[in-house]
Amino acid sequence: MSAKKSDLYSIEIFKTSLINSLKKLNPKELISNPVMLSVEIGSILTTLEFIRQIIFGSSIPIWFTGWVSIWLWFTVIFSNFAEAFSESRGKARAESLKKSKTQIMAKKLEKASFDSKFEVIPSTQLKKGDFILVEQDDLIPGDGEVISGAALVNESAVTGESAPVVREAGGDRSAVTGGTLVISNNIIVKITSNPGETFLDRMISMVEGAKRRKTPNEVALEVLLIALTLVFIFVVINLKALSIYSINSSGHGSPISLVILVALFVCLAPTTIAALLPAIGIAGMDRLFRKNVVALSGKAVEAAGDVNVLLLDKTGTITLGNRQAVEFIPSGSHTKEECAQIALMSSLTDETPEGRSIVVLAKEKYNLRFHELPANTETIPFSAKTRMSGVNIDSHKYRKGSADAISEYISQIGGKIPENLEEIVMEISKLGGTPLVVTYDNDIVGVINLKDILKTGIKERFEQLRKMGIKTVMITGDNPLTAATIAAEAGVDDFLAQAKPEDKLRLVKEYQQQGLMVAMTGDGTNDAPALAQADVAVAMNTGTQAAREAANVIDLDSNPTKLLDIVDIGKQLLMTRGALTTFSISNDIAKYFVIIPAAVISIYPQLNALNIMQLANPFLAILSAVIFNAIVIPLLTPLALRGVWYRPMKAENLLIYNLLIYGGGGLIAPFIGIKLIYLALSIFI
Amino acid sequence: MLLDILQFLIFFALLTLCVKPLGLYMTKVFQGEKTSISKIISPIELLVYRLSFVDPDNQMEWKEYAISMLLFNLMGFIFLFLLLLTQQLLPLNPEHFQGFSFDIALNSAISFITNTNWQAYSGESSASYLTQMLGFAVQNFLSAATGIAILVALIRGFASRESKVIGNFWVDITRTTFYILLPLSIIFAIFLISQGVIQNFNNYQIVHFISSQIIPMGPVASQEAIKFIGTNGGGFFNANSSHPYENPTPLTNILETFMMILIPASLTYTFGRMQKNTKQGWAIYFTMLFLLISFMGIQYWANISSNHIVSLLGISGHYIEGQEIRFGVAGSTLFSSITTATGCGAVNAMLDSLLPIGSMISMIFILSGEAIFGGVGSGLYTMFAFIIIAVFVAGLMIGRTPEFLGKKIEVKEMWMSIIIVLTSGILILIFTSIALTTKEGLSSILNPGPHGLSEILYAYASTANNNGSALAGLNANTLFYNITTSITMLVGRYVPAVAVIYMAGSLAGKKYIPPSVGTLPTNRVPFIIWLMLIIIIVGALTFFSALALGPFLENILMQRGF
Repeated sequence: MSAKKSDLYSIEIFKTSLINSLKKLNPKELISNPVMLSVEIGSILTTLEFIRQIIFGSSIPIWFTGWVSIWLWFTVIFSNFAEAFSESRGKARAESLKKSKTQIMAKKLEKASFDSKFEVIPSTQLKKGDFILVEQDDLIPGDGEVISGAALVNESAVTGESAPVVREAGGDRSAVTGGTLVISNNIIVKITSNPGETFLDRMISMVEGAKRRKTPNEVALEVLLIALTLVFIFVVINLKALSIYSINSSGHGSPISLVILVALFVCLAPTTIAALLPAIGIAGMDRLFRKNVVALSGKAVEAAGDVNVLLLDKTGTITLGNRQAVEFIPSGSHTKEECAQIALMSSLTDETPEGRSIVVLAKEKYNLRFHELPANTETIPFSAKTRMSGVNIDSHKYRKGSADAISEYISQIGGKIPENLEEIVMEISKLGGTPLVVTYDNDIVGVINLKDILKTGIKERFEQLRKMGIKTVMITGDNPLTAATIAAEAGVDDFLAQAKPEDKLRLVKEYQQQGLMVAMTGDGTNDAPALAQADVAVAMNTGTQAAREAANVIDLDSNPTKLLDIVDIGKQLLMTRGALTTFSISNDIAKYFVIIPAAVISIYPQLNALNIMQLANPFLAILSAVIFNAIVIPLLTPLALRGVWYRPMKAENLLIYNLLIYGGGGLIAPFIGIKLIYLALSIFI
Repeated sequence: MLLDILQFLIFFALLTLCVKPLGLYMTKVFQGEKTSISKIISPIELLVYRLSFVDPDNQMEWKEYAISMLLFNLMGFIFLFLLLLTQQLLPLNPEHFQGFSFDIALNSAISFITNTNWQAYSGESSASYLTQMLGFAVQNFLSAATGIAILVALIRGFASRESKVIGNFWVDITRTTFYILLPLSIIFAIFLISQGVIQNFNNYQIVHFISSQIIPMGPVASQEAIKFIGTNGGGFFNANSSHPYENPTPLTNILETFMMILIPASLTYTFGRMQKNTKQGWAIYFTMLFLLISFMGIQYWANISSNHIVSLLGISGHYIEGQEIRFGVAGSTLFSSITTATGCGAVNAMLDSLLPIGSMISMIFILSGEAIFGGVGSGLYTMFAFIIIAVFVAGLMIGRTPEFLGKKIEVKEMWMSIIIVLTSGILILIFTSIALTTKEGLSSILNPGPHGLSEILYAYASTANNNGSALAGLNANTLFYNITTSITMLVGRYVPAVAVIYMAGSLAGKKYIPPSVGTLPTNRVPFIIWLMLIIIIVGALTFFSALALGPFLENILMQRGF
């Protein structure tokens, strides 16, 4: 997107947000934010008072009432704007998602076979259990599972990622999402969700914020804010009574006017946090969404901040998942170099990641390379029948394959199996590697050790997690020895080897019994029960439908380390709330020192001793406090949207840090801010 | 001054030494274990259960516990109320006092069942010996036991895991009374008698000295002991602990002060022990102690400073109006601070006559909502409510959904904690406003100006927080004050109490979450500082304007010679 276009885009968002923030002035909408509703009621009161003063005159300056009313309205509008703005991005995304939903025609099959007859119906009429045919260049009309065939699917409509992915029947890559495009081959899909309940529908409603329910933690914070607001209503009433009494005893002065009481109330009420609270929550979900993660419940994101135990699939999370050659081991009387040479030859035309890694290893370790393919090179691709691959060059045959496949092949063509082969193969498998036997014609030259490679930086991330107090557990189907080796290499705290679905479920339950919060990533159908049990369950978008249904967070990029980002965002979400609450409350101290002396100066001039900011004009002083209270909201909106700064550190240090910044800052900022506003206003009056 | 400070140091050192042994003993009592005096008490205890048809093994859920508590207190109220109305018909009334009038009987009965001991009546000129003993003294025991029982239920709530029950109210009050309050009171009463506190049923004596004077008599020592031990504070005589028959010697003065704070302090250890987290108990103890000593330091400074307008007249030395000159400034300050910090409310110095800053500190102690030691039981449970609020905000600040002692703090806990912490504040704001703007409220003020405002504020602060002391320049024995303070005492006691029991039930049902590296330690200095800030900020935000227009203004006016 060009800079100009993005400017236009943001101006557009700004405009709609502004319009929406005015719409939100409707008390019916504001009722979900009682603190701001009370501010709006205050604004209405002062506005009515302003009108009354214009008609009937008043003892306090009319400009004061007018400006206070205006700034009180601004306070509410600023709050609404923060919420509307945070919603806008999600709304825009939802719009584009909705586009991919419209008008898809489905080819409904009579029975689940390619040669069955089909009728064309709109996708909205599809029901759970229907079989549909999706051919090349068709949009997939609904969520479902591939039950026959395999296809390349472009899922950019959902994930934003344009590289197509393979979807095939059986296994862990069978789930397809409505609205995505098949670019090659035909498949038969069994529909797994009713209209209106598809993944796309759920996503749209989540990003739109329509279904955003307040999380329990948010409600608890709101309880605190409402209670404080209530107390301040009584404080203000009490101040009125105090002033009436004081006038009687001092013999002069005028009772505190309604406008000043409302101004004091709004300044004291925790408006800053109340105004930004909805925006913080929506923005948190949005930050996740920008990382291509869809949280299907806000609670799951908050819970992520509390996670104590992380259960991670080995493959794809801890290791790259693609095995790579790490070693050539010669067999019989052959040398390492010979073994490397033959391994390289056999992989010359092999474009699989394993094959490439053999070429790379031969090049790096033995400095062997081919600048061009020899003439007469015939590629022998891997097939399920032979379970080998390789090349024929002239009359020579180079092959590599699994130990038993090669053994069979060699004995068929009358070759000899070296005595130490079995030993080498056993040794490699024991340590978690995959042995690949290499042959030259009828001679077994040696074995390639293919190993799972750790993802770069994974060890450091686990170290970080440990600092945050999160235990990592690796789940793998490998044997315990292999698992232990990889676990030690990666630095995970624990592992579960040869894990069956019921083992995973039991492990999750065990940790929960100990009172721990468990997060888990998974993609297979056999992960589904454990995912459903986990507190934070992240399913890969490439995973099966069952896994996706069981999860409460979906990672569209299917990158399992995303869980770490989710934890960070969950923590940030809570911290932003805490920081702004502390800021909001500590602001009140300064505001008391501005408003109380200003309010009672006519009764007891002696109380000017409290006027430590030396604001000579009491009306201007109160107006300054009201303005400060209002503009702090837009000033802090970017912080609310972005989330407060966070780096993993000990809980106690984090508390001290945030207390100093937001508590200390909240104490000092209004003293400076109000004084500056006062000085600026003094120029005009 | 050095001696004064030395006296304070020794006092608090001794207190700290006593916290663990008494705390440990109380733990045994609440957990139903054998104690060194079980042999004597146990038969009585069992007899009480049998006579009152109580099954001591029955474990209660929060509702039953709360209803039992309310029912028990209601019975206490009815009994005392009727006794006050009919005392002229009953024995042990040598001075032939009439029954209390309706409003003052109501007020006094509520005052004593709520552990407030606000005294709109004057003991020696209106209450018979039977009333004092069977009415007031008995309620001194029972209201204290009620407060402790509620606290113990809450501690059980913290300590238990996924359970619905929080103990048996009847067992808790019986054991508290027989194992803790009675033995301590008997020992202390005997000590007081040895120091010259009277204990008799004689008629009032008339002595002839210059002119003739009537000297009231009565069973003072027995009531005096529980008055401190149970943080009740209702004096046998109107002059309370400045009366020589209540507080005859410097030794009684210091020990009476000690007894006020002994149980509230030791309960912190009891909590730590029952929770198997004594560090947390000590952390709470030192939080309270730090706040107490800090504010007391200010009060001491205010009490030894002088009014510079008076100094201008050439009069030197510090201001001793209102101080108990028998015990000096230190003895007065220690007593005045602790009686207002704990929920006791007995007085040896006249708080009303202290310099404005001095009486403001007493007011601040009360306005802190009894979190600084506070009444027996009630102080610590209020502190827990503050802790929960502090934990909640701190938890957010470190990015975790908040937890305390392994229990998640959720919506219910927030509601209850807020009710516990803010009920008294709201009551004070409402009733001060009413009193300051109505003829009935204003007519009782003897000192106009900001001091009158302080007196009204103090009256409602003291009753809503169940303290009972007063800035006595206010004539509180009027229909208006008797009714309004009755309301503040009742609501100020039972609304938080039921909230505590409800919260205990909710906490008991929760899973226990073991601490991990990411858990915020609540027994270390950073959290304690945060907690103290929360306590001070909640108080300051609620009462800033009232304190500014009351004692603070009074101080400015005094300094400027108005």
